[in-house]
Amino acid sequence: MSEGMDLPRYHRLTPAYYRLEGRRCAQCGALQFPPREACGACRSRETELYRFRGRGTVFSFAEVAMPPQGFSGPYLVALIDLEEGVRVTAQLTDVDPDEVEIGMPVEMVTRRIQEKGPHGYLVYGYKFRPVLHPRQRPAKAG
Amino acid sequence: MRDVFIVGAGQTPVGEHWGLGLRDLGAAAIRAALDDARVETVDALFVGNMLGGAINGQENLGALLADAAGLLPAEAWKVEAACASGGAAVRAAALAVAAGAHDVAVAIGIEKMTDAVSDQVTAGLATAADGDYEASHGLSFVALSALLMRRYMHETGAAREDFAPFAVNAHRNAAGNANAMFREPISVEEFARSPQVASPIGVLDAAPVCDGAAAVVVCSRDFLRGHHQPVRIAASAAATDSIGLAGRADLLTLGAARRSAEKAFAASGFGPKDCNLFEAHDAFTIITALSLEACGFAPRGEALKRAAQGCFARGGCVPISTFGGLKARGHPVGASGAYQIVEATAQLRREAGPNQVPGARVALTQSIGGHGSIAVTHVLEA
Repeated sequence: MSEGMDLPRYHRLTPAYYRLEGRRCAQCGALQFPPREACGACRSRETELYRFRGRGTVFSFAEVAMPPQGFSGPYLVALIDLEEGVRVTAQLTDVDPDEVEIGMPVEMVTRRIQEKGPHGYLVYGYKFRPVLHPRQRPAKAG
Repeated sequence: MRDVFIVGAGQTPVGEHWGLGLRDLGAAAIRAALDDARVETVDALFVGNMLGGAINGQENLGALLADAAGLLPAEAWKVEAACASGGAAVRAAALAVAAGAHDVAVAIGIEKMTDAVSDQVTAGLATAADGDYEASHGLSFVALSALLMRRYMHETGAAREDFAPFAVNAHRNAAGNANAMFREPISVEEFARSPQVASPIGVLDAAPVCDGAAAVVVCSRDFLRGHHQPVRIAASAAATDSIGLAGRADLLTLGAARRSAEKAFAASGFGPKDCNLFEAHDAFTIITALSLEACGFAPRGEALKRAAQGCFARGGCVPISTFGGLKARGHPVGASGAYQIVEATAQLRREAGPNQVPGARVALTQSIGGHGSIAVTHVLEA
């Protein structure tokens, strides 16, 4: 993908990128992300929208030292096991590389994932960060 | 389906060919294979290539190479299956002859990677992954291998150095191959000290970016001539798995590699124990381990233990990467699957010189693309 994502592509991926929208099989209940036309478990064509909650654990991770064209490194990438039982590939953010470990709880955040040059548009989407300890979370207003 | 035989094989040296383009490399490998078979022309040409469009700005490689090699007006087109393109091209040629559509055909794997700078090559290789859900998130080809390797180490307790035997064996074998890119041996210490590309993947885990082309002439039994020393394609099989790593049923089982090997063994009547050598897809040491396990040469999670015992080195139970493999002969991505078959053919014809596996009669080759989303497996018999 030498020139990165074009605008229509970015537009059609918005539900998945912004909201982690996948599919649930109306026949057998199997969940999938990314969305596919047919259920991967029972091959049924009847699927419905399912929005993943965005919480999970790190199944594997790696640090990218030599990024592809369109990215600047180093950054961390991971396979995340969502708590609904589906795996997703994403960047990790807001974390020291030395602190990442397999099994670490993480949650989805929306971040800039690509920048199309100094004057180009920005692509936003999901990344995952360590679940903050309850005491570290910002206090609710009021 | 008719029996199919390899009667000619040719290759260019693997390396950085600044003075040669796609047409030059392609014509050289095709002419060498035709000369080896003593055939003037063929009915069809199948070109395995991955990056022609992405980094060379050249598609329609069927016509380009048929023209360059003097095969016009033969039927000719490109077969693309990421890093398995070379294996897929041989399979396409074998299917065409087996089906009776053609009597004699050439399959070539070809890649010209040094026409682009490093980050363009990195981005080009990433097109084998899922564009929307991996590459667009900054997952490089190396990073995807690193995800596999980290998990493998986590589940098996293996250390980075435990992967060294694959790279050490490949470099040792390349020393005897005049067409190999890296002919210098490496030590376990050098492997362990090599800089990290995408932790835990180090430079010496990975095959190099390079140029090369390899070709075979395949034909039907009716076409065989007295001067031929035919190698029979006892089986050719391919399978797919989810394009993204996240969709795999078991991350550490390469389902397409296993399925294609099972199909190839079933069709040929041979099994892992019958194979005298295995040309493995050793693009990264972790892929070598997973390919060995997928083909039944080691149970899941056991490939490194068997490697430590010398099982996959020269003189072991099943020698792998006998001319240096992708790691040290070099990995011109879309060509590698064809190099494997050219090299296995040399072994079965007893023409492997210092690299000859004694008594080689049955060889397995496996070409893997997209970290296991596609695999093409061949069983060859002398």
